Amino acid sequence: MPICAQANPALEAVIADNLEGLERPSRLTVEPLVAQIAGTGPEGLALLQAWSERQLGLTEDGRAVIIGDDDTATDAVTGQPVPEADPQMLRPNSGVRGVIESALVAGALNDPDPARRRAALESLARGGTFEQLTALRGALDDLDPALAARKARLERLLTIQVGENSEARVTAIEDLAGDVSLDFRAALNPLLVTRRVVATEEPQGNVAREIAIDSDELPREAAIALLVSEGVLEPRLTSAEQRAALAANLSDGTVGGVPVADLSDPDARDRAYEALEDAGTVPPAATEAEVQAALDAHRVYELYAEPDPAVTEAARAAQIRAQVRLGAMQGIDLGLDALSLASIYFLAAIGLAVTFGVMRVINMAHGEFIMMGAYTGYTVQTLVSDRTLSLVAALPLAFAVTFGAGVVLYRLVIRHLAHRPLETLLATFGVSIALQQLAKNIFGTQARPLTAPAWLEGSITINDVISISSIRVAIFVLALLFLALFLFIMKRTRLGLEVRAVTQNPGMAASMGINPDRIAMMTFGLGSGIAGIAGVAIGLFAQVTSEIGQQYIVQSFMTVVVGGVGNIWGTLAGATLIGGLSKVIESFNPGNTLAAQTFMILFIIIFIQFRPRGIIPQKGRAAEA
Amino acid sequence: MTRTPFILRTPSTLIVLAVLAVFTLAVTLLSAAYGTGAIPTSMVKTLGMTLCLALAAVAMDLVWGYLGILSLGQMAFFALGGYMIGQWLMYARTEGIVAASLSGNPIPFTPQELRDGVTNQIFGVVGSAELPMVWGFAHSLTLQLILVVAVPGLLALVFGWLAFRSRVNGVYLSILTQAMTLALALWLFQNDSGFRGNNGLSGLQNLPGLDHVGQARLSVWFLWASALALGLFYVLAAWLVSGKFGSVTRAIRDDETRVRFLGYPVEGFKLVVFTLAAMITAIAGALYYPQAGIINPAEMMPIASIYLAVWVAIGGRGRLYGAVIGAFVVSLLSTWFTGGRAPSINLPGYVVNWVDWWQVALGLSFVLVTLYAPKGIAGVFDLIGRKEDRA
Repeated sequence: MPICAQANPALEAVIADNLEGLERPSRLTVEPLVAQIAGTGPEGLALLQAWSERQLGLTEDGRAVIIGDDDTATDAVTGQPVPEADPQMLRPNSGVRGVIESALVAGALNDPDPARRRAALESLARGGTFEQLTALRGALDDLDPALAARKARLERLLTIQVGENSEARVTAIEDLAGDVSLDFRAALNPLLVTRRVVATEEPQGNVAREIAIDSDELPREAAIALLVSEGVLEPRLTSAEQRAALAANLSDGTVGGVPVADLSDPDARDRAYEALEDAGTVPPAATEAEVQAALDAHRVYELYAEPDPAVTEAARAAQIRAQVRLGAMQGIDLGLDALSLASIYFLAAIGLAVTFGVMRVINMAHGEFIMMGAYTGYTVQTLVSDRTLSLVAALPLAFAVTFGAGVVLYRLVIRHLAHRPLETLLATFGVSIALQQLAKNIFGTQARPLTAPAWLEGSITINDVISISSIRVAIFVLALLFLALFLFIMKRTRLGLEVRAVTQNPGMAASMGINPDRIAMMTFGLGSGIAGIAGVAIGLFAQVTSEIGQQYIVQSFMTVVVGGVGNIWGTLAGATLIGGLSKVIESFNPGNTLAAQTFMILFIIIFIQFRPRGIIPQKGRAAEA
Repeated sequence: MTRTPFILRTPSTLIVLAVLAVFTLAVTLLSAAYGTGAIPTSMVKTLGMTLCLALAAVAMDLVWGYLGILSLGQMAFFALGGYMIGQWLMYARTEGIVAASLSGNPIPFTPQELRDGVTNQIFGVVGSAELPMVWGFAHSLTLQLILVVAVPGLLALVFGWLAFRSRVNGVYLSILTQAMTLALALWLFQNDSGFRGNNGLSGLQNLPGLDHVGQARLSVWFLWASALALGLFYVLAAWLVSGKFGSVTRAIRDDETRVRFLGYPVEGFKLVVFTLAAMITAIAGALYYPQAGIINPAEMMPIASIYLAVWVAIGGRGRLYGAVIGAFVVSLLSTWFTGGRAPSINLPGYVVNWVDWWQVALGLSFVLVTLYAPKGIAGVFDLIGRKEDRA
C-alpha cells in the first residue's frame, strides 16, 4: 500500500460527497463513482484495490480507512495510521467488485508509465476475470510495440480461460494451436484437469473417458483405494492390523474358535477374523469377496473440471499439437546436447587416437594428462586474476606442459616397450596412479574451481525448450578448431607426411631417411598436448580433482575403439556415436545416468561384435600389425 | 611305460603347497582362538583375505600369463561371487532376526509377514518395498552356492564367446573387459538394480546360526577354507598348464594365428580357460567377502582389476607361484603402508609420509618392474636355479 504523507484533497472530497454510494453501491451507480475515485491519483487506486478486496471500512466520522493484513488501520486519504479505529467494513457484492477490478486494470493498462503497464500485464498473466478481460480488450492499443504484442497475446490467453462463450474460447485456442510457449501450455492445462469418479453408470458432466480397472493406468490396488476413499467399500485390514485385532481377542489359546498355532496361515486368520466379526467384537472389514463384488459393480470415469465439451475437445487437440511440436524441439535440444558431449569426447580422445594409431600403444596415463591440463588452468588462474587473460594464457601453457610430460614419458618408458603393447598399457597405468597421487599431494583432495570468464557464462536461448550453455558452444568450436588443425598438420606439413609414413610402414619409412623414433616422440607429445587442452576445456564445466581424468578415460578408449584406429574421421564418428547415444539413452530415463552409461557400454560391446575394427577400419598392410 | 606324475614334474607345486601348509599352521598356532594370540583376529582376517586375493591372482595368471589375455575385468567375477554368497548371508541372518522379533507377538507369523519383514530390513534403505527378483534364491544356501560359480561362469562364457568369436584381441580385448566391468559396476550402483545400490551388502561376517562361535574362531575357519581353496585350485591350475593343454594355451599366447593354422580350436581353448578362471575368481570372492564383512559396487570398479594385474606382473606372470607371491607381497605391503603404521622418512625440508607417497612409490616401482624385470619377483628364483645348474 502506498504510504503518502501528503493528503489527497480531491479524494477527500469525493469520499465526503459519496458516503452513501460507498456504503450501499449498486451495479448501476457505482461505475461513475469508481471512475471518479480512480481519477484522483494513486491514493484513489489504493482505495479501490482495498475496496474490491473487502479491506475498506468507514469510521463514525466519515473517514475511509484501509485495514491491512495485520489488522492495522490506515487513513485512505492521508496514508497516516489510524489508532483505535473501529470502522464499519464495506462488503461490496461480486458485481461491484467486478466493476472495480476492471476499472483498476483499465487504469493500470492505460497508465502513461510503461513499467506500470507491464506490471499490470504481468499480474493479468497469472490469471484474470471476464471483467479484466473486457478492460484489456479496451486497452489493446499501445505505443510500445512490445507491450502491444504482449497485450494481444494476453487477450487470447485470457479468452481461453474466461472468454464470454464457448465459440470465443475455442477460436482463441485454435488461434494459438501449435504454439509451444510455456504460457500457452499453462493456459491449456487447467482446462484439461480431470478427476476420477466412481459410478455404477456413466455420470453427468463432461466425461473425458472411462478407465479400465486392473489396467496399467489403474492397478487393482489403486482401484480399491479409490473405492474406499469414495466410501463405497469398507477399508481392508492390513496384515498388521488384522494380527493386532486377533491378538487382542485371544482366549484359551484360540481366536474365534481357531487354534493359535494355525494362525500362521492367512486363510485361517481370515476365518478367525470373520468369526470375531460375526460375534460383533471387531469392526467389519471388507473380505476379498466383498472387494471383488464392489470392483465388479463399479466403473471409473475421468471427468473434466471444465464443463464445456467443445472447449475441452479443442484444448485436447491443441495440446496434442503442442506436444508433437514440443517433441520435435526437444529432439533438437537433445541433438545440441549430444553434439556438445560428442565434442568433449572428441577432444579427450583425439590424443589417445593419435598415439594408438601411430604406435599401437594405449596410454593409460592419458586421463592424467587431461588432469594436468586442468590443474595448469587452475594454477594460471590463481596467478592471473583476469579470467579471459588467464584462459588465453592457460591454453598454450597446458599444451606445453603436457607436451613435455608426454615426451618425457615416451623417452623414459614407452620407447623401451616398443612392440609390447600390453606391457605399455601396464607401465603407463603405473604412471597414472603415481601422477594421480602426486596431484593429490600437491593440490589436496578437494575440488578446485576453474572459473570461466563472464562472457562464457550464461547460455544461448532460442526458445522455452532449446537452449545451450555458452561454454559448451565454445568447446564445440574448440573441437572443430582442433579437427581443422589436426587435418592441416597431417595433410599439409612435413611432420604429417612423416607420421603417415611411419604409421603405414615404419621399416620403409626408416629406410627413406625418416627417424621413426623422433616421429613417434613428436606424435606422442602432440597427442598428450591436445589432452592438456581438453583438460582446460573440461575443467571449465567440471570440478578439477585428481580423478577428473578417470571420468573421461574409459569413454575416450571407447571412442577410439568404436571409431577405428588411425583415422581422425573414425575418432570423430566414434565420439559422435558415443556422445549421441549417451544422450539418447539418458533421455529415455532422465535422472538415471548410471543406467544410461551401463546400456551404452553394453551397446558398444555388442557393436564391436559386428565391426571389430571400428566404424572406419584401417585398411592395407598397416592393419595387420 | 608309466608317465611321471605331474606333481613330481613340477617341484614348485610341492614347495608352494608345503609353504601354504606351514603358513596356515603357523597362523593357527599364533591366533587368538587356537593358539597363543600373538596374531590379533583382524590380522588373521587380513591374512585369510590375502589368501583369497592370491587365488584370484592365480586365476588371473592363467588368463594372462598362460593365455595372453590381459583381462581387466577379473575383479568383476570376484565381486559377483561375493555378491552371490552375500545374498544368502544377509538374507538368512536378517530372516533370523526378523523371526525373533515377530515371535514376540502371541499370534504366530505368516510366511508372507516374515518375507515382508526381511524385505523391509534389507531394502528399506533404498526405498524398495518388494523383494527384487534376483533375490528369489537367497533363502537357500545350496542354490546361492551354485550361483557363486554359475553367474560369473555364465557371464564369462557369454562375454568370452562374443569377444573371441569376433577375434577381438590384444589391447582391444583389455579395453572391452574393462568396459564390461565398468558397466556391471555402474549397474550395481543404481538403487533399483536389486543389490542395494552403493550401500552394498553388509554384516557378512556374521554367519547365520553361528553367532555363538565368535569372530576369533570364525576367522581361523575362514583362513583354513581359503588356504584349502588356494591349495586345491593351485594344484588344478598347475596340472592344467603342465600338460598338452597348457602347451596349447602358451602357444596361443605366443602366436595365435599359427596355432589356428595348425588346426587347433583357438576360440574353444580361450573360452575354457577364461570361464574356468572366472569361476575360480568367483570362489575366491565368495570366501573373501565373508571375511571382509561388506561388499559394494566400488569393489568392482576397473581400478581393482588393474591392481590384480599389477600384482601378477610384479610377482612374475607365466608362473603360478609368481602370482601368489605378487598378491601376498604387494597387497600386504599396501595394507602396511597405507595403514599409517609405516615410519615416515625425514628428508631435509620435507617429511615423506607413506600414506601420501605409497601410491607414487607403487606406481613408479611398477613402471620399473615392467621395464627392467619383466619376469617379476619370481625371476629371482630363475637366477638361483641357474646357479645350481652351474654348480
